[in-house]
Amino acid sequence: MTADKTMTAEEVVARLRSGMTIAIGGWASRRKPMALVRAILRSDLRDLTVVTHGGPDLGLLCAAGKVRRAVYAFVSLDSIPLEPHFRAARQSGAIEDEPYDEGLFHLGLQAAAWRVPFLPSRVGLGSDLLRDNPRLTTFPSPVGSPEPLVAVPAFTLDAALCHLNRADRRGNAVYLGPDLYWDDLMLQAAPSGGRFISCERLVDTAELAAEGCLHQLRISRMTVDGVVEAPGGAHFTLCEPDYPRDEEVQRAYALSARSPEAWESFRAEWVDLPEDEYQRKVRS
Amino acid sequence: MTSVEVTRAEVCVVAVAECFRGDGEILANPIGTIPMIGGRLARASFEPELCMTDGEATLIANDAAVVAPEDRVIEYWNPYRSMFDWVWSGRRHVMMGASQVDRYGNQNLAAIGPYGRPVVQLLGYRGAPGNTINDPTSYWVPNHSPKVFVERVDTVCGIGWDRAADLGPSARWVDIRRVVSNLGVFDFETPDRSMRLRSVHPGVTVDEVVTATGFPLTLPSEVPSSRLPTDEELRLIREVIDPEAAREREVPPA
Repeated sequence: MTADKTMTAEEVVARLRSGMTIAIGGWASRRKPMALVRAILRSDLRDLTVVTHGGPDLGLLCAAGKVRRAVYAFVSLDSIPLEPHFRAARQSGAIEDEPYDEGLFHLGLQAAAWRVPFLPSRVGLGSDLLRDNPRLTTFPSPVGSPEPLVAVPAFTLDAALCHLNRADRRGNAVYLGPDLYWDDLMLQAAPSGGRFISCERLVDTAELAAEGCLHQLRISRMTVDGVVEAPGGAHFTLCEPDYPRDEEVQRAYALSARSPEAWESFRAEWVDLPEDEYQRKVRS
Repeated sequence: MTSVEVTRAEVCVVAVAECFRGDGEILANPIGTIPMIGGRLARASFEPELCMTDGEATLIANDAAVVAPEDRVIEYWNPYRSMFDWVWSGRRHVMMGASQVDRYGNQNLAAIGPYGRPVVQLLGYRGAPGNTINDPTSYWVPNHSPKVFVERVDTVCGIGWDRAADLGPSARWVDIRRVVSNLGVFDFETPDRSMRLRSVHPGVTVDEVVTATGFPLTLPSEVPSSRLPTDEELRLIREVIDPEAAREREVPPA
């Protein structure tokens, strides 16, 4: 008998705690684990540190007052270049800010996955990144000429949440779009017990490679503790080839940053409802 | 010399293409509408070895700036993470946007105002620190104004020539190449590496450029006019690369 790791989004949230550092997969407004994010929005969780190639995941969590600190290199909605709710949170001083260069963000995850305290880079020297992120320090290269290098500290995660196209009940998963983004590395960097994926559809292990190709089988059950079947679980972000971005809902979301009343109305319409009702609404 | 009327946008396209002249077999990565058209023009004419993206996860051989997924001629699978292989090994010339750029080519796309509590939060540092310290970098500004061309950027994301000079050998690959705006072309080919007006676009006066720039530009005694597209370049732009004329929406006719 093999382990069946399937659970509900609420069961995932029940394993998270306020104050945790949570990595969220996907990229900008692409293949974000939105069903899991929505479950967090409906929960009592707060004071989260969110590690993300940011999109509406970070924006929604900011709007709902769930975020203490953002760890990111950029935040964008793709078709809407700037993320309005994240901007509002930054401009009002509501959240702490831990900026990275995109490549350094990669190294922070890789360092955590490889269990080393840091990885070196030249990136950041000369820029204000070292001023704005005091966790980035420099050291003289111990090899060759002692030129200064930046030490990118390992991201210490408590959990990682990702959305994949297909998964089996044991936690193996496949992406079917053009890019895995950093999902595999986030799951490798997060500790055992805190690694959760949602998927468009659960399939038998034998069917995992059926729709894509071998090279897209990039999430191993060794890095997954829980699997949620969540059709439409990336909505309103895109989830190729299953569905494109829902630009209409994304636009409504972006406009809801204009006033507290607009946000409350968006929240009532698209957040404060059970996921199955949400998905019925999307299909109607 | 061309016999038909050339638009400002088409002059910008050619100016962008010229930024990539001599780059050879590297990843030319112009970001934005006119940058992408200009990069494609460089490859379709005088710089045929360039590699270019589809704006997503592949490198493609197509000349058109915007290509339907099923029409792509794919040379390489290039998911986001692969970009660092090119950037960190010095095989890329990026043309980024800039919310602010200053006289030494420092660039800001993170936040306007004090970083800790910005007046306007923008995109974030993105890949600017890594791009500028590893590879040739150019900038595209479709709306030249003193708000963009500032004496000092509020936050240095992409490092400029003054920051590079302070770094010494660590900055050996820094090469802030050019800035192309809707008004002219700028480089840093001056003794102190401060920004110089390289050419003005036809129909623009030097005074207009000076007024629209928030710091003193180095001005050559005679400012050349930005070059016009050749007949063949114009054909490529209008018929092959950008038949929908997206360029005219980014920089409308003066």
